[in-house]
Amino acid sequence: MAKPPDCGNCQKPATIHLTQIINNQIKKLDFCEDCPYQKGVTDPEGFSLAELLAHGGPAVPLDSKLACPACGLTSQEFKKTGRLGCAECYDTFRDIIEPMLEGMHKGDTHLGKAPRGMLERVSYRREVERIRRDLAEAVSDERFEDAARFRDALKQLETGPVSKDLPDSSD
Amino acid sequence: MQIKPLLDAEIELTDSSRSPGSVVLSSRIRLARNLAASPFPGRANKAQRREVLEHCQGAIAVLPQMEKGSVLEMESLEDVERQVLVERHLISRELSGQREGGGVIVSRDQSCAIMINEEDHLRIQVLRAGYNFKSVWKLIDAIDTGLEDKLDFAFSPDWGYLTACPTNLGTGMRASVMLHLPGLVMASQMEKVIRAVNQLGIAVRGLFGEGTDASGSIFQISNQQTLGESEADIITRLSGVLDTVIEQENNARQKLLENASSKVFDKIGRAFGTLQNGHLLSSAEAMNLLSFIRLGIDYGAIDEGQRRPVDRFFMTCQPGHVQLTEKTEASEARDVARARLLREHFRTLPPLDFDKMANP
Ligand SMILES: [Zn+2]
Ligand SMILES: [Zn+2]
Repeated sequence: MAKPPDCGNCQKPATIHLTQIINNQIKKLDFCEDCPYQKGVTDPEGFSLAELLAHGGPAVPLDSKLACPACGLTSQEFKKTGRLGCAECYDTFRDIIEPMLEGMHKGDTHLGKAPRGMLERVSYRREVERIRRDLAEAVSDERFEDAARFRDALKQLETGPVSKDLPDSSD
Repeated sequence: MQIKPLLDAEIELTDSSRSPGSVVLSSRIRLARNLAASPFPGRANKAQRREVLEHCQGAIAVLPQMEKGSVLEMESLEDVERQVLVERHLISRELSGQREGGGVIVSRDQSCAIMINEEDHLRIQVLRAGYNFKSVWKLIDAIDTGLEDKLDFAFSPDWGYLTACPTNLGTGMRASVMLHLPGLVMASQMEKVIRAVNQLGIAVRGLFGEGTDASGSIFQISNQQTLGESEADIITRLSGVLDTVIEQENNARQKLLENASSKVFDKIGRAFGTLQNGHLLSSAEAMNLLSFIRLGIDYGAIDEGQRRPVDRFFMTCQPGHVQLTEKTEASEARDVARARLLREHFRTLPPLDFDKMANP
């Protein structure tokens, strides 16, 4: 029998073996009984090497000096940890976050549940989003009458009552 | 010692009337939520975290679903108590390591746990025995909506619920199941399955890995993506993948019985013998043996009534649980205590019925 591998954390023989796919490669990690819990092996939520490694952190320009006005997080700190500091960070670092989402998620727009107080704004957003898509499609298909109709519908929505308290979504 | 009552309680996972299946042990959904006006826990100072903790505890305490639940704060728990909570998946390792202002509220039957000041202000989790996303979603949706009345959640119309890590953005939802896949492991097909499932944006994690010998064959499968799809669509997509994995596991088990019955009988028989007579069992070995016993139940060689005790042992044989109930910290003493616990139970069972297994 081969000698059992040593714990990845200390030098004791490993008895617990974790296997994960990371970037399409299978990686094995070995721990002794006393150590895996340092790394969260039995924790289904808190630990995914794939998450840690696959994205390699946000791409932040080296000279970026952005800082969140609400919590003070800087773009360099965000690059280092991959974590935002507060809700407002999402506005502050929008240009850095947006391109990250592409490879990370199924889409870049929220389509799920919303707090009741937000429902009106959310359905407005989704309606605008839907008409924008229809418009782009009509233009590329050279259906100009349809396109004009969609353009009118957009204009009407954008001057409607809900839009006034929204930040401009075309930025 | 604060968690003794949690250890003794009858809980959803091992005592509910909903029976765990032969392949799906449990279904779980968690939602990440943050308060709009406070910095995320990783950015907050001690006083801010304390404030969030108390504010959230107040909001959770009035939820009807959490009536008679336990309120626990990390700072006042012993190491072994936090370890036990991690082993029960009631808190994450991250929360257990992060003391200041970290807390959890666990419902009476431990089917619901709400972590406070983990990576996000709130991590709400609901769990059911067996394969049952519908009832899990219904309950967690109600809890989330109930909290919404009391707490102002960070939410953007474009990006949904805002989370400390962009990987959780949008729905903030992670849906997962625990699967028992001894057939695929024995047939050496697990790597293939993991690779295929990963391509679909679904993650597979082995709780104890699928190393050739040491394995409990228990895997967690969950969605990776949280933005750009509704909760229902995420669950539907995940369920489609799960159905395929379950079918493949059942096929693998059938094929093993047809082509390698002696090998399977031997594994189950030896596991039974070791559990009846062993005197030193590490937790990894215990998981491995229990896995074969569970397979023996599925094949009909062991009475169905043993499923609950076996599922409970998967939990109570882990190091923190043994340390807490046997009051021993030394690794070898734990192995002795674990073996005794299992021996006392499995000694009382009748011999295996291999004839029934050969002709299911
Ligand atoms: Zn170690
Ligand atoms: Zn910020």
